[in-house]
Amino acid sequence: MAEIRVEHLHKAFGDFTAVRDSTFSVRNGDFFCLLGPSGCGKTTTLRMIAGLELPTSGRILLGGEDVTFKRASQRDIAFVFQLFALYPHMNVRTNIAYPLRSQGMLRHDVRTRVEEAARILRIQHLLDRSVSGLSSGDRQRVALGRAIVREPMAFLLDEPLGALDTEFRDVMCGELRALHDRLKATTVYVTHDQLEAMAMADTIALMNHGVVEQLGTPQDIYDRPASLFVADFIGSPPMSFLPFRGGVAPGDRTVRVDGVDIALPEVREGSADTELVLGVRPEHIELSGDAPFRAEVVDAEYMGTTQIVTLNTATGASMKARIQAHIHVRPGERTGLKFRPGHLSLFDGVSGRALRTALHDGDAHG
Amino acid sequence: MEGVTKRFGATVAVADLTLTVGDGEFLVLLGPTGAGKTTTLRVVAGLERPDAGRVLLAGRDVTREPPAARDTTFVFQQYSLYPHLTVYDNLAFPLRSPARRESEGHIRARVLEIARLLHIEDKLANRATQLSGGQMQRVAIGRALVRRPSIYLMDEPLSSLDAKLRAELRIELKRIQRELGATILYVTHDQTEAMTMATHIGVLDQGRLAQIGSPRAIYADPVSTYVATRLGSPAINLVPRELCPDVEAPAGATTIGVRTEHVRIRKSANGSAVGRVKWIEHLGDQNHLHVTIADTDVVTLCDRDAGLAVGDAVDIELTAPLFFTANGERVRAG
Repeated sequence: MAEIRVEHLHKAFGDFTAVRDSTFSVRNGDFFCLLGPSGCGKTTTLRMIAGLELPTSGRILLGGEDVTFKRASQRDIAFVFQLFALYPHMNVRTNIAYPLRSQGMLRHDVRTRVEEAARILRIQHLLDRSVSGLSSGDRQRVALGRAIVREPMAFLLDEPLGALDTEFRDVMCGELRALHDRLKATTVYVTHDQLEAMAMADTIALMNHGVVEQLGTPQDIYDRPASLFVADFIGSPPMSFLPFRGGVAPGDRTVRVDGVDIALPEVREGSADTELVLGVRPEHIELSGDAPFRAEVVDAEYMGTTQIVTLNTATGASMKARIQAHIHVRPGERTGLKFRPGHLSLFDGVSGRALRTALHDGDAHG
Repeated sequence: MEGVTKRFGATVAVADLTLTVGDGEFLVLLGPTGAGKTTTLRVVAGLERPDAGRVLLAGRDVTREPPAARDTTFVFQQYSLYPHLTVYDNLAFPLRSPARRESEGHIRARVLEIARLLHIEDKLANRATQLSGGQMQRVAIGRALVRRPSIYLMDEPLSSLDAKLRAELRIELKRIQRELGATILYVTHDQTEAMTMATHIGVLDQGRLAQIGSPRAIYADPVSTYVATRLGSPAINLVPRELCPDVEAPAGATTIGVRTEHVRIRKSANGSAVGRVKWIEHLGDQNHLHVTIADTDVVTLCDRDAGLAVGDAVDIELTAPLFFTANGERVRAG
């Protein structure tokens, strides 16, 4: 088990910069998610950690040792790809045993290790089956088995659930997290799916255009997004934005949006008169007939426990509110909106950066 | 559809299915892979001939008619556009078939109307290949909408799109359906699509119709554990009846089903705890609390500030339990 440290990692492919001056640490035993849209540099970062790609500059340390220029095979890590590459002509047992056999491990030890891996993954009953007849979930379990059987210092996973359908992905998310809790192995997991990252990760590094935009726990990133990009990428539905023109000073407790004063966490960082954006999460909006901030209901989507209401404000901003499913709303209906003041975010609309408010109090690197 | 059965060799894909899609309804057939959703749709379209039963469109028996003679349009999962044509010509294509003899002026008016509905009016001069995935799928849906068939058939049209686009198109499709008053038969394995768009959901289980009703009716009042587990996220909790001796259950009930919003969890005060907090999942907008009772896990939503921690002993109260027999059928109290 080991800590992984990435220092000033940089990767260019010709004119294109895939990863720009990235520095972060993955703590020993952490479930660490590299999250971001396609092309953000997350897979390139993972491949550099694995040794499948050489950085243009920067260093990678694995358990304190500089492995930047070591081959993949000399790094004590296991890599699981999106498309489970199993040997179709071998059965489950031989597939899982393969990495150990090729290391020349004794037959008896291989058997013990394979059975232990199968037990952890709960696929003992499949060991003597052919892999070609397996369901996609079981195939992915076998691929995981081949990774854990080596007992490496770290696991690197590249969208391992990307090929599965939604219902099954939820099940596998739970299994992967439970597996991590049993093995307590340092894991770096790449995904573009924020729900997967939120459900499994201890730490998320959200990447955009080759840069880590924010690093933190899922709850931290959700509650205190560092930028408009983060606020929009995380959450389902994502944060709603109310753009307005104005200036703020430290100590302010309200902002004026569309002619209505809206309370927010006390402003710590002022800004001259500019384009600002108030950010509201769907669960922090309440429909309240007589509230002064007006909006029109566009649609209500029933979800069972809750419903998602899409609203248009007087100035045409689109908002989404998550409210109890039993509240009756009709498209076309006009309503007032109340916002839970303690949870609102404020952004500089030009740079996209979050302005510091009481929301960030006690947060060392906000 | 009346008593439709369709076999492929020894496999029964659709079994004695009787289903009515009312005029102006948005009926979503929901089920996992292999439940017979797509086969049902293809039987209505005329792409498959049923082994038994009849298909009626607007009262007319079309069972023996070829697809072209039926008044339907089909939207597939993968958008199949003509890459060498512009968006305008792609949309106009179905109207220009020689058999229809529509005037260019009429075609133009119809294409513009649909393009406006789908918010692609500024893309009409683009070639299909210059569009993003979401725009392409909108054009594909638009190509179905330019005609006014008696029913639109859609086979997972949103499944190839990313989550954000899917959420956007869900709302648009529902709006368009409402504005046009269109009748739609739509199949998907995605419960969110079914819940949010459908006026009626038909839940399919191995080629049979397990239940049909409004999304709210099916969510609140499922006829079986199979139907109950198809809707709701997190999924309904199914716990063995003997784990909850305090709950009054009708005779024959072996399983209690309870939705996450109907589980009340309190920190145990006097040690009479029935469960223990196993894991708290922070999903941002909601926290999922995983509680273990004996060997069974129960998932419930909990407030961010509930003050519960992993390992805490808790009392559990079920506010609206549903009861099921050993083979998964619903039993009602009283």
